[in-house]
Amino acid sequence: MVDKITRRGFVKAGISASAGLIGTSAVAQGDPKITKVQKWAQELGEGLDTRPYGLPSPHETGVQRRRVPWLTADAYSSINFTPIHDLEGIITPNGVCFERHHAGVPDFDPADHRLMINGLVDQPLVLTMADILRFPRENRVHFLECAANSGMEWRGPQMDGAQFTHGMIHNVMYTGVPLRLILQEAGIKTAGKWVLAEGADASGLSRSIPMEKALDDCLVAFKMNGEALRPENGYPLRLVVPGWEGITWIKWLRRLEIGDQPWHQREETSKYTDLLADGSARRFSWVMDAKSVITSPSPQMPITHGAGQTVISGLAWSGHGTIPRVDVSLDGGVNWYPARMSGPSLNKSLHRFYFDFVWDGKPLLLQSRAHDSTGYVQPTKDVLRQHRGESSTYHNNGIQTWAINEQGEAQNVEVS
Amino acid sequence: MLKFLNSLIAAVLLATPLAAGTLGLGRPALPDEIAAWNIDVRPDGAGLPEGAGSVLAGEGVFTEKCAACHGDFGEGVGRWPILVGGEDTLADERPTKTIGSYWPYLSTVWDYVYRTMPYGDARSLTVDEVYQVTAYILYLNDLVEDDFTLTKANFTSAVLPNQAGFKRDDRPQTEYPDFRKPACMANCKPNVEITGRGTAKGAEMGQ
Repeated sequence: MVDKITRRGFVKAGISASAGLIGTSAVAQGDPKITKVQKWAQELGEGLDTRPYGLPSPHETGVQRRRVPWLTADAYSSINFTPIHDLEGIITPNGVCFERHHAGVPDFDPADHRLMINGLVDQPLVLTMADILRFPRENRVHFLECAANSGMEWRGPQMDGAQFTHGMIHNVMYTGVPLRLILQEAGIKTAGKWVLAEGADASGLSRSIPMEKALDDCLVAFKMNGEALRPENGYPLRLVVPGWEGITWIKWLRRLEIGDQPWHQREETSKYTDLLADGSARRFSWVMDAKSVITSPSPQMPITHGAGQTVISGLAWSGHGTIPRVDVSLDGGVNWYPARMSGPSLNKSLHRFYFDFVWDGKPLLLQSRAHDSTGYVQPTKDVLRQHRGESSTYHNNGIQTWAINEQGEAQNVEVS
Repeated sequence: MLKFLNSLIAAVLLATPLAAGTLGLGRPALPDEIAAWNIDVRPDGAGLPEGAGSVLAGEGVFTEKCAACHGDFGEGVGRWPILVGGEDTLADERPTKTIGSYWPYLSTVWDYVYRTMPYGDARSLTVDEVYQVTAYILYLNDLVEDDFTLTKANFTSAVLPNQAGFKRDDRPQTEYPDFRKPACMANCKPNVEITGRGTAKGAEMGQ
């Protein structure tokens, strides 16, 4: 109750401060876009089938994946970032889902693809794509977050844009076969406790996944958002490991081996392990903990309308479940207000939140704080550093701060 | 309806070629096919093929096929991975994570080199060349002498220094109890100061 009174008081103050600005955008002589007949309202537009596969409006060409060249040695074993600051709702369009490859994007005919199941099974199997399409299938929406998302921010604020601080994430609807059904088709021997998933690309990317997870909610997916997986996202077949770090979601999936121990592959030992302050390291830190970020305003999405009614829009997610609640702070974490959740609340999926308020035109320190369905509350970066030091690289889910100045410009900052 | 279902079940049973599955999909994988793809190697040596490689032979292979990115002595060229050094730096402010200082198991080196190196020409090394390169990397890290030969038989006796440096994810014990507490909503701290600013603009990053 105290919180509600506090928020009402703030909003009321905001309204009185900005009252003088209402109506300043009125046009004295009438808006010619209204008073004159426009070309597009007179002539025929493009006929249908101009583009059999449609593209966004040419006015939206700025909505693009971007990479940061100095992060990696080349563009074949590298990463780019989803333009989360430009997107709304919870579904990421296929064309802007971030990419992370270890040997580029392989190009091959799905008719040439094979999925082998071997190891501790009753009958080693080879499945073609045609075979895969005959298994019972499911549809589920899940976020995929790279373990290194926000990894450049451990030692302090660096990347000036939500796309770069938080854009190693996407959220699509997958259509796929439960991994459990494929493993059961080969028959899992009692000693089988781990699954090695391996990709068909030149990196042969491979990760060990415990049988409990494999039999729980993993999918072998062939569609994203209704259409075939994009080549850069694993066409024709990828593993979906809900709630777990993206590196486990093996793309171009060609092999599943059952074993009694993990394999300790390169991407689960030298990489994707979390170095702590004392020099020890966590391995098999699979789950992505609860996290959120305000996508607008943000450095790439400044407030351009001046003081007055303002929308704060953001994303929240948790590898442990759903996000029933997000709090927003306008003052760097002194006071918090419950945000408004909007759109479907799905398990291990992105959630959208909003906070509508009247901006008084004064500087803001915007933060968001996710609460997940297990009661986990997104920690501050300082608290994370107290637990892990500054060299963890991965799993940085600390609270993000955007400083908004009087002009509405936003900057990536950290606060005390 | 029942008759239809019965005949359907009978048809499925007749069409099922395998004992293991319930759906009758796919075909048995042949031994040669499994051998071609089942190349992974575990820390206990499981999966290692017969073979051997000396440090001396490894120097030649490494210089020809690896040094362009990793440097003649594994020191790394540009942003390509450093393979050597970094001992006792893991708790430093800027740790150097290499095969010698960080990797827990030698099997990972063998597996990774055989699986995907040289970069851009994966699976082009012979089994013996992989043993050679692996032996040479051990030598570069001062873990063996220059007359050492790595074989399937002595493989598991080569222990990397940081093998004991890893632990299973302990967030459920060390962090979740702290983070699953009610959150403060009002007057949560006395004051707020900006302690750092990010300045890496998108325009400077080649967008």
